[in-house]
Order: sequence, then structure tokens, then C-alpha cells
Amino acid sequence: MIDGLSIAEIGHFTLVLALCVAAVQAIVPMVGAARDDMALMAVAPATAIAQFLVLLISFAALIHAFVTSDFSVLNVVQNSHSLKPMLYKVSGAWGNHEGSLLLWVTVLALFGAMVAFFGRNLPPGLKARTLSVQAMISVGFLLFMLFTSNPFVRVFPPPFEGQDLNPLLQDPGLAFHPPMLYLGYVGLSISFSFAVAALIEGKVDAAWARYVRPWTLLAWTCLTAGIMLGSWWAYYELGWGGFWFWDPVENASFMPWLAATALLHSAIVVEKRDTLKSWTILLAIIGFSFSLIGTFLVRSGVLTSVHAFATDPERGVFILLLLVISIGGSLALYAWRAPSMQGGGLFRPVSREGALVLNNLLLTVASAVVLIGTLFPLFLEVTGGDKISVGPPFFNLTFVPLMIPLFIALGIGPYLSWKRADLWAVMGRVKIALGITLAAGAISLVLLYGDSGYAVIGLTLAAWLIVSAVNELLTRAGLGRTALANIPRRLFGLPRSSWGMTLAHLGVGVLVAGATGASLLTTEVITVMKPKETIQVGPQSLEFLGAEEIRGPNYVALRGNFAVRDEEGGKPVALMSPENRRYVARGQETTEAAIMSGFFTDVYVALGDLDGQGGITVRAYRKPFAPWLWWGTIVMVLGGLISLSDRRLRIGAPKASRKSAGPDAQPAPAE
Amino acid sequence: MSRLFFLLPLLLFAAMASYFFVRLGDDASVVPSALIDKPVPQIDAPPLVEGKPGVSTADFTGEVKVLNIWASWCVPCRAEHPLVTRLAQTEGVPVYGLNWKDKKQDAVAWLNELGDPYGQIGFDESGRNGIELGVYGVPETYVIDKDGRIRYKRVGPLTPSIMKDEVLPLLRDLKQ
Repeated sequence: MIDGLSIAEIGHFTLVLALCVAAVQAIVPMVGAARDDMALMAVAPATAIAQFLVLLISFAALIHAFVTSDFSVLNVVQNSHSLKPMLYKVSGAWGNHEGSLLLWVTVLALFGAMVAFFGRNLPPGLKARTLSVQAMISVGFLLFMLFTSNPFVRVFPPPFEGQDLNPLLQDPGLAFHPPMLYLGYVGLSISFSFAVAALIEGKVDAAWARYVRPWTLLAWTCLTAGIMLGSWWAYYELGWGGFWFWDPVENASFMPWLAATALLHSAIVVEKRDTLKSWTILLAIIGFSFSLIGTFLVRSGVLTSVHAFATDPERGVFILLLLVISIGGSLALYAWRAPSMQGGGLFRPVSREGALVLNNLLLTVASAVVLIGTLFPLFLEVTGGDKISVGPPFFNLTFVPLMIPLFIALGIGPYLSWKRADLWAVMGRVKIALGITLAAGAISLVLLYGDSGYAVIGLTLAAWLIVSAVNELLTRAGLGRTALANIPRRLFGLPRSSWGMTLAHLGVGVLVAGATGASLLTTEVITVMKPKETIQVGPQSLEFLGAEEIRGPNYVALRGNFAVRDEEGGKPVALMSPENRRYVARGQETTEAAIMSGFFTDVYVALGDLDGQGGITVRAYRKPFAPWLWWGTIVMVLGGLISLSDRRLRIGAPKASRKSAGPDAQPAPAE
Repeated sequence: MSRLFFLLPLLLFAAMASYFFVRLGDDASVVPSALIDKPVPQIDAPPLVEGKPGVSTADFTGEVKVLNIWASWCVPCRAEHPLVTRLAQTEGVPVYGLNWKDKKQDAVAWLNELGDPYGQIGFDESGRNGIELGVYGVPETYVIDKDGRIRYKRVGPLTPSIMKDEVLPLLRDLKQ
């Protein structure tokens, strides 16, 4: 193991080296920007790229230790096992506190390096300060790692076998969930660094907003995808058929998402109308602050959660210190500098700006509600109570009602013109969309009469979002103003950012339908079944064929086989095989649900306990629209990606923005 | 005035950070309850599952028992469930459950999934019995002695260290 030994040592060494590089990156360019010294400012991009490369080596060394099962490294012993499949050996590297922190810092440096690389057209002062602030965050986290959470700590003598990764985490969905989520979480650091740099410079203008938006959009897109992967994982792996549990850790990723969504929208106002500046800066700070607070909550042991990592109060104090310095520092800077950045453009309440302000207001209040719901148990604890869970009832009462006006306004907002809009003219343009929505609402009312009133509201809102998004794109392409034959050509001629917006809004609609169906319209059958017995789940019948023991690489499982038929006695249309796995090393059990996904509906089967008399508990659900949860999110992510590919948003192309900004800047003029 | 407005985010954050700090410093988690050493208050919850009685005040005499309050929507309950099961199965203490502010089918599904260690389970749909007991939130766990007096109350999930240092020694003392 001599070479293994040295490779782990390289990992440790490069971590220290990265700290030194980050320290230089934090100090030199900031001094350079203050003195207006180009040579000193030029240090920023070089060190940013160097810091990333050095951390990449460190991260590769950790993966190497996991892949080769180097049990002289404590982290590998605690989280790996030589029998584990290769994918989970690799993902095990970030399936624990220390390793995930290394991933966190590596992603942080990656974003710094990307700004250094792609941001050639940034003003030198802004670029130097942004990268310097980015490096300050790196320094904080690298110190945290080296002092309290070093992933390369050794054990001697090395044990023969590891303790295995928590089996819940041994799953393809979860292998990619943390990296994706971190790209989003940590990607918000760039908006944060840009905001702090702008506060130091004392200048926020349209150009600033144009630099910040693509980074925010990139982070938002990754965050959306990351949250979806986590939710999808919970859906099929936890075996309770739910997709969102308002668990503190989920909330920790959802709060930055809400703030980032608000930021994306308010940055448009800064870019187009040169107003809402200090608010946008505040949102950029809040977005990343939520990421940091999330990290703190998950790792300090302050909140209990099913997926909290190993927790330790000493770490908690350290992260809290980091929070106070970074968030407290930036908010203090904000209080000092922001009052002097009042913007110009005035606007009426009914206008594009007005709609975006409403969007921001509702999204911010929603994230505040999620924050309160997450921290409320904590406050109770401090005032004499202890760890409790407020649970979904709280969020259903508070969060959901906030979304209803947001979704109604979302359908209308894109039609409004800047400065002042004529609501009646807009109503004329949405009347078809409104008509289709009301028809969809009426149909769902008839179909669901007496079933669930909330579901009718949910489906109507979903229809409204989908129809109005499509209608808006068509209107923009000239529907009603030009010959129908021209529409397809004009549709493809629209800027990609328009397509991006439409897809993102459409995705929200599809997602709302999915959430409504999966939470309110589920049919469930929970019963004890013996082989050859049949149950009816909605229109389909499910025959239990029997159960068998199977052996996986590092687990044994009980697998049940079920034949699905569209009518009883007919030919089976599918075979479903849910499993209960017991992982050998930790003796922990996991549920692997079997899901048959159609276009409209999921049929979901999970196994429970054996009853000792030849029967087994079976949980079967039929979930209308559940697949739309994932489709909706995928469409949103696609919208983000397409918008990112718009030339106008590309950092290097500020000139092109004037030329093609037309349709986005002014929605189809109100004739 | 407007300057103060810009200070607001900082002040809010400062308040939150100090809350965090207090929480980190103080890890003693047993809450003094007004009910300690008092008899179990008047409760009477109907059965949750068929064939298993509900829970009422009269059930807590004659033997040392544990009362665990839970709900299917509560994540910490899920986390502590293996310990509750261990109390009942390995330690041989009768554990009674009170299902709090829950839906019957969800609660039954939860038991089917995670196992049912409870000797008797009351169904407290409205939370009425919870008010008598002074339930803050779920989960909560009570140790009740032979004479039906509450000797210990834990607000929040049981953890292995709380089991080892507090619950098990107390149970051992009470049984003698």
C-alpha cells in the first residue's frame, strides 16, 4: 500500500496548498483593486484557476482512496466496504461529512475558475474583487476542513474491512444528487461574491446585472436538478410514496432555491430598468446565506433529520463563526453601502416591474415561511422545549396559500409591458388561455366531485400555468397578428431566453399538476397478501406471484413479484418486483419500491414486513400525475439550459444584447 | 429612517445567529415538566388498530410502563423508532403509544412499515389527550412508575446516549 499511502498524503498536502493559494487570491487582488494596480488585479484569475486545479487533485486523491479501498484512511474505513459496487465506492467519497465538504470547496473553486476563465470581458476591478471575495469563502471552508473535518486522517493499524456506506445512500439517484445540489448551492456563491464586490465598488448598473444573471441561472438550473434528484430518490427509496417531506435538510436546499428564483427575476429589472438595485443585491446575499445556513443546520447537529451527517458541536461552533463572518459581514457592508444605490426607473403597480416585485415579495415571504418552519422547533428548544417537528401541516397551511397568488400572477406577468401596462388589453390577450383554464377546471371539478376540492384548485392552477405559458410564446410569435403559416418560423426565430422563460414557467405548471396528483389524488391499498392473491388498485389489478430471496453484491434481499393486469383475468401488462434489502455490513434495511410509470400515472408497490403466517404487508399506490413531478422539473431545467445558451446572456457578448434584446425587453407591443 | 431599514437584515441575522449560539452551547435536553412525580392526567384515547386496546389513565397502574407519543408525519419519530422497539422487545418494558394529530390510515401504514412495538395504542386525532399531557410536539416519551406517576419526560427523539444514561437506569431503579 506504499503508493496508496503517498496518494492520500498528496490529497492532504494539496488541501494545505489550496489554502495558501486561496489566501493569496483573497488578499492580493483586493489590494490591487483598491490601488487600481492592474498587475496585482491580474493575480486573481491565475490564482482562481490554480486553486481549482490543486483542489481537483485533492479530490481525486480522496476518490482514489475510496476506489482502491485504502483502509488506512479513517474516512474510507467509516464509509466504504471492499464488496461495494464501484459506483458507490466513488460516490461514497462524498456520501459523508468530510468528503462532501471537500466536494463543496472544490465546486466553490470551480466557480471561481469559471469566472476567471469566461469572464474576460468583466471590468478588471469587479473581476478582481469578485474573485477575492470568492477566495475568502474558500479560506474559511478550507480552515474548517483542516481543523475539524480532514478527510485524509489516517488510522493505524488499518483494519481489514470497512464499515460500509449508509445503505440508504447506495443508490444511483443519490450518487449524483449531492454533486448536482452543490453545483447549485455553491454556485450561488458567485452571485454573492458579485454582490459584495459591487457593494465595495459602490456601483450597481445594468452591466452588473448582465454579468450576474447567467451565473445565477446556472446555479438555479443545477439546484433545480439537484433538488429533483433528491426528491425522486426519496420517492422510490424510502418506500412511503411521498416526494417531499418538509424535512429540515430538504428545506435547507429549498430556501436557496426560492431566493435564487427571486434573484433571477429581480436581476432582470436591474438590467432592463435600472431599478430595484439594493433589493437585488440583498437577494444575492440572502441566496448564498441560505446555502450556508443549510450547511450549518445539516452538519452542526442543531436539527435532527433522517439524513443529517455525523454531527459534532465543535464543528457547529466553527461553522457558526463562518456564518457570522460571511453573512454578518456582507449584511453589515450592505447596511453601510446600499442606501447610496437608489435606482432610477419609476413604474406603476400594474407593469412588468410591478409583477416582478410581486413575484419577489411572494417568493421571499415563502422562503421566510420555510425558514421559520425549519427553525421553529429550534427556537422552541432554546426557550425550553426540545427537538420537535412542526411537519407538513404547518407548511400546507402557510406555504401552499402563498403559491396560489404567485401562480395566478405568473400566468399574467409575462404579458405586461414595462413601466405601465394596460390590464384590460392584457386580459384581451389571455382570454383564450383563461377560457381553456376554466374549461380544464370545470372538467376536473366534474371528475373529482366530492373527492378533493384542493385538487381541483391545484389542477386548475396547473392548467392556467401551462396554457398561459404556451399562449404567451405563441402571442410573441405573432399569433393573431400574422398568418398562421408564419408562426412556426417566427417561433424558432424567437430569442432563446424567451423559450427558456416559457419552458421554465410551463415546467412549473406541469410540476404543480404532478404535486397535486401525487399528494391529493393517490389511491392506496395497504394489506397483508399471500401468494396468488390479487388486489385492485384503481382500474388495475395486482397479483402477488410470490417472494424470493436474492443476493446482491453487499446485501441480501427479499423480492416480491407482482403481475399487473388491466382487467382481472387478462394478460399481465407488466411485472413489478419491489425489494426489501438488508445490507450485510451494517445490518440496516432499505425499501426498494417498484414503480410502473406511464404518461399520466405511477403505480407504486413496496413491501412491508412478513406477518409470520406466510403473508407479507404490501403497500400499493396509484398516483395520478406523479410522473409529471419529474417531467415538470426536467422541463424547468431545460428552460434554464436553453436560456443559458442565449448569446445575449453569454458573458463575452454584451454587444449582442442590444440587437436581440427587443422581444424580451418589450413584450409584443400593445397595439 | 431609511438607513435603519437597510440595517434590518443584519439585525435579523444577528438575532438568528445568537439563537444558534445558545442552542449550540446548551445541550441538556431534559425538560422539567410540571407533571413530573404527578399521576398521569385524565386521558382516554380510543384504539388506533383493531384488536389492540387504546390508552387511558387506568392502564398505567401495577407495572412500570413507557408512553411514547408519535405521528406518522414526524421525521424524528421515525429516527427514534428502533430505540422504542428495543425498549419493548429487548428490555421487556411495556411501551404504550399515543398517536397524535395524525390520520388513521397513515399511522397504520407507518406501523406496518416500521413494525409495531406498542402494547396498546391510543388514537388522539384531535390532540385532546395531548393537551392533558402538555405535549409540545412529537415525539415525546414518558416513563411511568407502578403507581401511575410520571417519573420522566423526554421531549424530542430518544437517542442511544439518552437511552443508556437516563431511560434505562431509571427503568432499572423503578423495577426494583
